[in-house]
Amino acid sequence: MMTCKDASRLLSQAQDRPLGFGEQLRLRLHVLICDGCANFSRQVATLRRAVQALRERSGPDPRS
Amino acid sequence: MNDFRARVQAERGYLVRYARLQLRDAAAAEDAVQETLVAALAGEAGFGERSNVRTWLTGILKHKIVDAIRRQAREAIRLPGDADAGELDALFDESGHWREPPSDWGDPDSLLQQKQFMAALEACLEALPAKTAQAFLMREHMGFETPEICKELDVTPTHCWVLLYRARMALRECLEKTWK
Repeated sequence: MMTCKDASRLLSQAQDRPLGFGEQLRLRLHVLICDGCANFSRQVATLRRAVQALRERSGPDPRS
Repeated sequence: MNDFRARVQAERGYLVRYARLQLRDAAAAEDAVQETLVAALAGEAGFGERSNVRTWLTGILKHKIVDAIRRQAREAIRLPGDADAGELDALFDESGHWREPPSDWGDPDSLLQQKQFMAALEACLEALPAKTAQAFLMREHMGFETPEICKELDVTPTHCWVLLYRARMALRECLEKTWK
């Protein structure tokens, strides 16, 4: 069984590279039963969107 | 002609903010923006009317930022804190479980509307070690792929993933503490 430590590392890497089939499978099984890692997975995706929002927010686009 | 100049100058504030987030060094950010404006005004011909001024300028700025990062990478002393993920072990117990499991942040759409959350994010980004922040922002702010980041920061792909992992772990922990 995958640990939270390994799962969190893979969840981060999933943002940066395509995971292998085995990695994906074991990761999904873990996240299915682990609330902490499920939350971490959503947090990582939220961080990405938030940094993009930070960039967009830097000033109104004069085009619009 | 003058209209073009005014449109370029109007983007200065945006470009400075963009560069400062990425470079952390106010002087280096100013330099990168200055170089961008000079290149833009000299290269008006390269700007097709159909494209957006901001997008075009940001494209030039990215190159200037990468130049600055290369200079910084050459000059920087390697900080041991940036090198490994050893300190992350402390976040897990002996069996590899979270000591403090991440909490549910709720709906991301409403989160991104929250001023406090965005302010906390900016503060947490500032608190990251330099190279960790640089790698993370190259990835999430400038949208680079990992191989490009490794190349510019002169680190191995594994090290690159470690830097990005560290950044995300540190940011989420910082946000749980300062914003939640």
